[in-house]
Amino acid sequence: MILEDNLGPEGDSIYTALMQAHEGLTEAQSHALNARLVLMLINEVGDADRIKAVLQEARTPTPGA
Amino acid sequence: MAYDYAPFPYTAPPGLTAPEQRHPVVIVGAGPIGLAMAIDLAQHGVASVVLDDNNVVSVGSRAICWAKRTLEIFDRLGVGTRMLDKGVTWKVGRLFHGDKPVYSFDLLPEEGHKYPAFINLQQYYVEQYLVERAQELPDLIDLRFLNKVTGHADKGDHVVIDIETPDGPYQLEADYYIAAEGAASPTRKRMDLPFEGQTFEEHFLIVDVEMEKSPFETDSPERWFWFAPPFHHGQSALLHKQPDNIYRIDLQLGPETDPKAEATEEKVIPRIKAIVGDTPFRLDWMSVYKFRCAKLENFVHNHVLFVGDSAHVVSPFGARGGNGGIQDVDNLGWKLAAVLSGDAPAALLDSYNTERTHGSAENILNSSRATNFMTPKSPIEALFRNEVLNLAATHPFARKLINSGRLSQPCSLQGMQLQSGNHPLVGQSLIDAPLDGGWLVEQAQGAFTLLTFGEQTAPKVDGIRALHVATPGPDLARRYGSGCYLIRPDGHICAHFDRPEPEAIAAALARAKGQTQ
Repeated sequence: MILEDNLGPEGDSIYTALMQAHEGLTEAQSHALNARLVLMLINEVGDADRIKAVLQEARTPTPGA
Repeated sequence: MAYDYAPFPYTAPPGLTAPEQRHPVVIVGAGPIGLAMAIDLAQHGVASVVLDDNNVVSVGSRAICWAKRTLEIFDRLGVGTRMLDKGVTWKVGRLFHGDKPVYSFDLLPEEGHKYPAFINLQQYYVEQYLVERAQELPDLIDLRFLNKVTGHADKGDHVVIDIETPDGPYQLEADYYIAAEGAASPTRKRMDLPFEGQTFEEHFLIVDVEMEKSPFETDSPERWFWFAPPFHHGQSALLHKQPDNIYRIDLQLGPETDPKAEATEEKVIPRIKAIVGDTPFRLDWMSVYKFRCAKLENFVHNHVLFVGDSAHVVSPFGARGGNGGIQDVDNLGWKLAAVLSGDAPAALLDSYNTERTHGSAENILNSSRATNFMTPKSPIEALFRNEVLNLAATHPFARKLINSGRLSQPCSLQGMQLQSGNHPLVGQSLIDAPLDGGWLVEQAQGAFTLLTFGEQTAPKVDGIRALHVATPGPDLARRYGSGCYLIRPDGHICAHFDRPEPEAIAAALARAKGQTQ
């Protein structure tokens, strides 16, 4: 799993694009967008082991939460 | 101890009794940008009159974070070391989520630079030092306090300016008129120029407090930023140290805020006590503000030129306001001097517009992104922001997404018209390095400079100063590699050559002066 930064100098612009994708949507529409986004990114990764590892990791509570 | 705001003297200007000769340059505004502009022009031999409606330095600390590149420019203007000596040096930014540290970044992890990543110094000190520096150049800088500009008219090849003084009105003529009046720019409003961008609804409270005991747990001062700090529920907070034991505290207040009610001791003192506990403190200055990111489409309007906040404003997170303005000055000074002396065509001023609207757009982009991250506009934005902060403790990639301000960096002019070639350093501002008995920034700025190393011999080219380093130290060698460099008076590298050939150097110089395209 890639824990280190993989976005380089484009991190801020990618994050901004993600926020812009949600602009003007209701909360329900945003949830739907997120679900589609996760499914599409899963398909981009395409590797079952990696996807399952990331799913498990995302499910683990973070210390800050 | 509180700063002593001593007024500058007013003397009745000669124009009240008899018309004055046309001045090469009139600068409106004696803030850091206007004063730096006058000094820069004077160092290039250009006389100016500086008009200001006020007669004291800025009240309140206002712009406090001065970046390395700005200090290098101030070095050239003769106030850099004075600022460094007085200022509080810092280079580490530390981020907290709640009461937990999540991330810290070092803005200048390497040695071998005259100036640090940042100093904090109150704007009133910067203005005082610049006024005192300007007073050392009395033949070239005419400082006129309590001279309020009430109107101006561009006559094609010069500008006529209407001025009010305590002794009545008078007029001046100038070849060029530079507006350096700050964000509210009356010149911009008189000309009815659109000033467009993004307005943020969020209110912020700035407080300066004086206290003996440092709130930092580290020995050296840092920039501390909190998301959702325990002492300021659900909002953000920023802490900086300034000279004289003054601390800057910046608190996000939310969009639904009454600024008048918030900027009172009754409201502010409990907020400060929540942060510093029982430590005794004195309230020095406070202000509640909203901000926007906006700029003029064009900084050059025939013989009227805009610099600093008159031309562009940004949110404060990233210290890109004052630092961006000083880069305007650095860019404009030598160009205007070359145009006035006939050494360059008037079209060279268009490159000031191109290069600095580009720099200011970059500053606005970075400042807007930081502000958007800090002030989520919707529940979904808040959700993503909080999960980035939660992930940051265990997933380093998320730390890079936390945006509490991307701190001011000089912009690259790579690929723009005055530069020659595509060597990676071309367009960058020079990177400092130690030289025998000094620093590169002390010797390579202020005039076109050809930097050569080792066995190379610098050819004589008119209008170029040679700087030859026979045995480059390790920092210089590593930062510049091989070949030689042509450096503009504003410290930007405009050409790289494998070998110092006079024809190629002369061609790059002509291009950098806008004589050829």
